[in-house]
Amino acid sequence: MLTTALNYIRSTQVWSSIFRHGIPRDRRTRVMAVMSNVFLHLHPVAVRKSGIRLSFTWCMGGLTFFLFLAETISGILLMFYYRPVIEYAYADIQGLRAHVTLGVLREIHRWGAHAMIISIWLHMMRVFLTGSYKPPREFNWGVGVILLVLTMLLSFTGYLLPWDQLAIWAITVGSNMGKATPVFGMQGPFSDVLAFREGVPMVTTKSDAAFLLLAGTKVGAPALMRFYVLHCIALPVVAGVLIAIHFWRIRKDGGISGPM
Amino acid sequence: MFSNPFLLAAGRDPFVELPQLEGVKQFVNNWSPPEFSLPFIVLLFIVLLLTYKKWTKPVIALTLLVVFVVVYFGAMLVDYNYYEILKKADNVPITIMLLGCGIFLWTAFRQAARNDVRLEAGKPLVDEERDDKVLVWPDLVYTELICLVLASAVLVIWAVVLPAPLESPANPAGPPNPSKAPWYFLGLQEMLVYFDPWMAGVILPVMIITGLIAMPYFDTNPKGNGYYTFRERPFAISVWLFGFLILWVVLIVFGVFLRGPNWNFFGPFAYWDANMQVPLTNVMMSDYFWNPKDLLGFGWSYALPKNPFIREISGIVFTAAWVFILPPLLARTVMRKMCMQLGTFRFYVMAFHLVIMAMLPLKMALRWLLTLKYFIYLPEYNLNL
Repeated sequence: MLTTALNYIRSTQVWSSIFRHGIPRDRRTRVMAVMSNVFLHLHPVAVRKSGIRLSFTWCMGGLTFFLFLAETISGILLMFYYRPVIEYAYADIQGLRAHVTLGVLREIHRWGAHAMIISIWLHMMRVFLTGSYKPPREFNWGVGVILLVLTMLLSFTGYLLPWDQLAIWAITVGSNMGKATPVFGMQGPFSDVLAFREGVPMVTTKSDAAFLLLAGTKVGAPALMRFYVLHCIALPVVAGVLIAIHFWRIRKDGGISGPM
Repeated sequence: MFSNPFLLAAGRDPFVELPQLEGVKQFVNNWSPPEFSLPFIVLLFIVLLLTYKKWTKPVIALTLLVVFVVVYFGAMLVDYNYYEILKKADNVPITIMLLGCGIFLWTAFRQAARNDVRLEAGKPLVDEERDDKVLVWPDLVYTELICLVLASAVLVIWAVVLPAPLESPANPAGPPNPSKAPWYFLGLQEMLVYFDPWMAGVILPVMIITGLIAMPYFDTNPKGNGYYTFRERPFAISVWLFGFLILWVVLIVFGVFLRGPNWNFFGPFAYWDANMQVPLTNVMMSDYFWNPKDLLGFGWSYALPKNPFIREISGIVFTAAWVFILPPLLARTVMRKMCMQLGTFRFYVMAFHLVIMAMLPLKMALRWLLTLKYFIYLPEYNLNL
């Protein structure tokens, strides 16, 4: 009964217009399954058996990508409920648990972010210990380092959004570092080097590196908006583009590394 | 007589004081400040690297894991302060990170040991012997699917069991004590103990990033590409793991678990007393240079010169020597072979990152031994190092 129904569906024009190949049962159709699917096409057709052993890759790169997707999906849902203004932000976060059905969205997003930081570090450690950054993969290692920085910046900008004591003071501690940037930070070394003319400094509390980050001299409403836009749009878009490059280059550089 | 966290959920005080353990706790507290525990951890790190063929044997590794888990979690049952720190929802990732690092280090060094034994015997690597290709569909796609389902399940269960913390609304006038950066930056915040913000918060992180990106270009050793090994690249692995495990992961653990109010250090079983007074030490290198008599009990005694650059001449010369003379010195002595292999430019990029990284343990050691605060103290230019 079921087989007949499935066979009928597979014989329809609709099905065969979507899937250009038969059921992946033999070598030819299995190759086709990967080649004709835009997502599976991120993979090569065949891989070294030793390369996909779990004890070799630890699955940490894949897990990082999974968590990126989980963060994107839960983040989009959270955006429906959250307003990045100081009058509403905290109350909106409280409402997530109290008023939203199955209110674990923020939990998924927060723990997923923590897990993503850990998985990306462990992925980096695996790639280092297997020497997989060596030629021909030097460039892709560099892309990976930028992705690591972006992941931590994504986490850092998201940290402010609940607008509770933990958030505002953690970001204050972090952004105080910006004030100490050499030359460009108010409290950093050589902050008086740059000047329009004698006695008119270029770097002031309202123009230094920390001001650029916070849009203010301390963590306030403009900082919240700035971090929100960075967190939800700017950083994820850049990360998405770099992830595409990262995956593309894995294929182009010879797939998962192995003894040469 | 132990009770457990479930009793706490039932509203009962689960902690039975065990007087027999007080001495042990006191001992751990006394020896856990970084000046004692970090050298010990470094020693442990060296021993683990030297004996990786022994401790990676499954029986020994499993025993180590069980002992670690029993001590790490068991201590939660007998000490309230420790329990309070570990059960904090935002600190759960630290525990996961520690276990993750341990388990994955084991798998890595276990495979490295097996490969190295074969390399020594002139045999091909484990993976080379069974290196047939398989199709992505089904072999890889199914593995990915299973991982995806498992990871989703773990994430959802984690989210349901552990509510995300939310503290009181932001109050720009009332900072909590201690104010901590997000946990993954606490290694940097811990470095603030030894360096000023321009160094710990700007220069060092930037150099971690540039060093990582440049690494494939100055590690020209063609061996060890695509398989686990320690024997073929001991220098690269030792330095990198020292940076990651000791100067990053361990400092994070210190920052999260052991730094309390006013960023004072507290042992794992100590109460975070906000009123604890710690004597400040502000001895500069220039004090040692101009006035060793008062500080060390021998030599001369001069008043500090007025001109700040003359006053700080010792620190300036020392720092310049460390950054600019040490690398050429290494190139002509212990790293001669490496310098020839890499070529001048690559070698100096590598050596520059290496000496800056080494500055952190150096500053730590000098702080602990001589209570040194700065090499260079030029508040006139906001330049303290």
